[in-house]
Amino acid sequence: MEANIKINDITENDLNWKVEYDNTRCTRCGRCISTCTFHALEMKVERRAYTVSDTKVPAPKRVFSTIPVVKQIATIKQKCVGCGMCEKVCPNQAIKPVRNIDTRENLLNHELGSPIKRGGRTNLSIERTLDRIKVGRISQMTDPSLDAQRHTFDMLSPFGRVLGPEELPFKIENDELKIKGSIPPVHWIYPIIFADMSIGALSTRAWEAICIATAILNEKYNMPVRMCSGEGGMPIKLMQSKYLKYMILQIASGHFGWNRIIKAMPQMTEDPAGILIKIGQGAKPGDGGLLMAAKVARHIQEIRGVPRSDLLSPPNHQGLYSIEESVQKMFLSFNAAFQFRVPVAIKVAASSSSVSVYNNLLRDPYHIVGGFFLDGIQGGTGAAHEVSLDHTGHPVVSKVRDAYIAAVNQGKQGRIPLWGGGGVGLTGTMAADAFKMICLGANGVFTGKILIQLLGCIGNENGRCNQCNTGLCPTGVTTQDYRLVQRLDIDKAAETLVNYMLSVDTEFRKLMAPIGNSSLPVGRSDALVSVDKGIADKLQIPYAC
Amino acid sequence: MCRIGCIKSIEPFHPSKALYLMLPQQEGHDNSGFAIVMKDLYGIFEPYKELPLLSFSCTNKGKEIISNFMLKKGFSKKIFTWEPDFVEKEHYDFAKMDFYGFDVFNYPESILKGSVKEKEEILLNTRLELRKLLEKTADGYVFSFWPDTLTIKEIGNPNDIGEYFNLWKENKDILAKNIMIQYRQNTNYEIVRYAAHPFFLQGYTLCANGENTFYVKNKEYQQSLHKGYIGFESDSQCFLYTLHYLHHELKWPFAYYKHVITPLPFEEIEEHPDKQILYKIRESLAHLEINGPNTVIGLLPDNTMFTVCDSKKLRPVVVGADNKIVAITSEVNGLNVILPDRDKTKDVYPNERETVVVTNELRIERWKQI
Ligand code: SF4
Ligand code: SF4
Repeated sequence: MEANIKINDITENDLNWKVEYDNTRCTRCGRCISTCTFHALEMKVERRAYTVSDTKVPAPKRVFSTIPVVKQIATIKQKCVGCGMCEKVCPNQAIKPVRNIDTRENLLNHELGSPIKRGGRTNLSIERTLDRIKVGRISQMTDPSLDAQRHTFDMLSPFGRVLGPEELPFKIENDELKIKGSIPPVHWIYPIIFADMSIGALSTRAWEAICIATAILNEKYNMPVRMCSGEGGMPIKLMQSKYLKYMILQIASGHFGWNRIIKAMPQMTEDPAGILIKIGQGAKPGDGGLLMAAKVARHIQEIRGVPRSDLLSPPNHQGLYSIEESVQKMFLSFNAAFQFRVPVAIKVAASSSSVSVYNNLLRDPYHIVGGFFLDGIQGGTGAAHEVSLDHTGHPVVSKVRDAYIAAVNQGKQGRIPLWGGGGVGLTGTMAADAFKMICLGANGVFTGKILIQLLGCIGNENGRCNQCNTGLCPTGVTTQDYRLVQRLDIDKAAETLVNYMLSVDTEFRKLMAPIGNSSLPVGRSDALVSVDKGIADKLQIPYAC
Repeated sequence: MCRIGCIKSIEPFHPSKALYLMLPQQEGHDNSGFAIVMKDLYGIFEPYKELPLLSFSCTNKGKEIISNFMLKKGFSKKIFTWEPDFVEKEHYDFAKMDFYGFDVFNYPESILKGSVKEKEEILLNTRLELRKLLEKTADGYVFSFWPDTLTIKEIGNPNDIGEYFNLWKENKDILAKNIMIQYRQNTNYEIVRYAAHPFFLQGYTLCANGENTFYVKNKEYQQSLHKGYIGFESDSQCFLYTLHYLHHELKWPFAYYKHVITPLPFEEIEEHPDKQILYKIRESLAHLEINGPNTVIGLLPDNTMFTVCDSKKLRPVVVGADNKIVAITSEVNGLNVILPDRDKTKDVYPNERETVVVTNELRIERWKQI
């Protein structure tokens, strides 16, 4: 029989998402097509057969007519990513994306001969350790639980190098302690940091919305939440403003944006909240930053001081002899640049080797490391190779615990504050996640993905969207396209973030009250139980079932 | 909740006073234990004030282990031994040991001319080693080994224990100027002798009630700080170790104890004239904070008596006094028994932001944390 099909042609059925379209509901308004940033839809005509009778006595006959329809484009380049924007804008519920379980997309999308790149999050490890841990130790008789509404709670965490009591330059004068010497700066901040997402990775509006939320939380609600700039600098005006004190400036291996920061230093009226040296990222450990040329719009070129091109940060900081020396040099120079008034911390990807790194830093005699940020596999990223996103990385929960226990073994817990991130708050349960991490030994947590989800991102861990690298973000969160950015209502987005954090703050108290604590239970692992024996054993907490 | 108390007197007094202080506070007690520490001893111990006194209880085998060990350590000369006037009875409701020892030793020749610090070291090391040795075969318990300090600890009905040791009947033999006592021991954990407060370490004595909810944090931090911070049979031991650490090891003035265990909330630190120091303490000793409901009563090596409460004042405590005696205890009914004629309007109910300190001259001072 003659072949009437070329099986190597791609059809809708080969793709992850199929567009379900109801011709009878569609009024051909065209909104879906103009909304789809991925150009996955097109207008086509189809020939249809109808049986009609237009005489008084029925005399059915077949007629043919040609009608306009909306069709999915079945190519890898213009594939539907399931973002659902078409469904959102359709006034007649005529169209929606449907997940295709028979997809072959992962076999077909190498057609350009290069590895798949995408943004978003890992799509292969969605089980969550934190959900298998419960706050199981409830105050009842010998120690009363507190009242979340009535008692005051001291919910602050240190950011900066904490000296041991024997290292403090204290002298006793007239039965009073006096400080005689210099001490590294430590700031007490809210235990949840808005994680490092750059302008560039984020749209200007999204970034600004997070800035606004940060300012409101601080100024109006007295919640000292800090936001990290991400690599690539930030607007000069912000650096010169008083709001700089809420910002943690990041330097990563590409050093993008630092020339502007350094130039702006003489005009700074406030010190930044801290400096974060990024060594690695949990979502794509061992892979440097990646900002595709599509997103390097004019303003990004200006902020970063670069021409339009793919911006690749090297996988690590290049040192003359060794990475340790290069990182140490960075620490020293940043400490010195701000005259030892601004804490300098480090962020590394969680890995089997992170405890050695932490042990090393704890032993550092110069007291230059003001924080250890451990980033786990379940974090998100603006762009990475899919193979890195899905297959490399280390869960953060046990790593934070390991690092804490390592510090306990040295008797140095708390000296370099431990912050954990990477999937914290992933399912919207930020307060519970942060609380459990703190009980396991973290001083606080940092979080990014939940923020962009609150801003409007519709991506998820099951392969929905995750096109943050393309510059086509349908929600205006991670694109630099002027028109797409308009989709994001900046005030609404900031308000959503603020409201979320306010509710997190109350939920936090709701967790502290039953264990009877009014200050953060850092390392109170006795407050937790796990319903999974393996997790309980690994984390050294009781098993319960 | 444990009932705890401490009496300080200008004149030496008999431990029966401490038993009477506790008797009315017994309501609801579960007979889980009793412990008493006496400091600044008089009566039969008065001549030996400078010499270390070992308080222990053991099996018959333990007795032998102890005496061999002490010989080996150079404590060859037992100067004096108190043999309590035990009152034997058909049935006592407590876990009686074969033997109770209260022995005063001479220092070993080698250390006689040593510094105070060296002597302190050797006493501590001896007690710790002895404890370890006895633990191996569960043949005994050693509670204190220090000059001018006597300890009794037992599991069971406190009244019976008192009776067996003949502590209810006043006499002129066993007297002290400071006696700290506890009825009922920490019942959250296994009932063991070491879990009964008062605890003792190098001249510091302390008892507490309530629950130390930061026990795990405290313990994980303390166990690397000092060889003497061991056991942790009771979460209240952490308070003693913190006291010892900051006063004895770091040599910080005692006033900072309150700031370490119950730091001011950040908002109040911000307003405090000493804010820089307080921030640093809070940062540096975050793992020594206590955050549960607790009252702590203690004696410093110089016998200064004090009490502090948790930061929410979730446990009772009261200080009462007449011209010759000051007592700090959990409930006022105890005070009414031993100090019925005191001026009750002068009773002090310490608040959550103060340390009440009683000097050896019986001056009651209220140190404000803010
Ligand atoms: S779901 Fe998104 S990508 Fe798919 S057709 Fe609709 S708008 Fe386009
Ligand atoms: S909506 Fe935007 S930010 Fe969210 S996954 Fe899609 S491209 Fe990324």
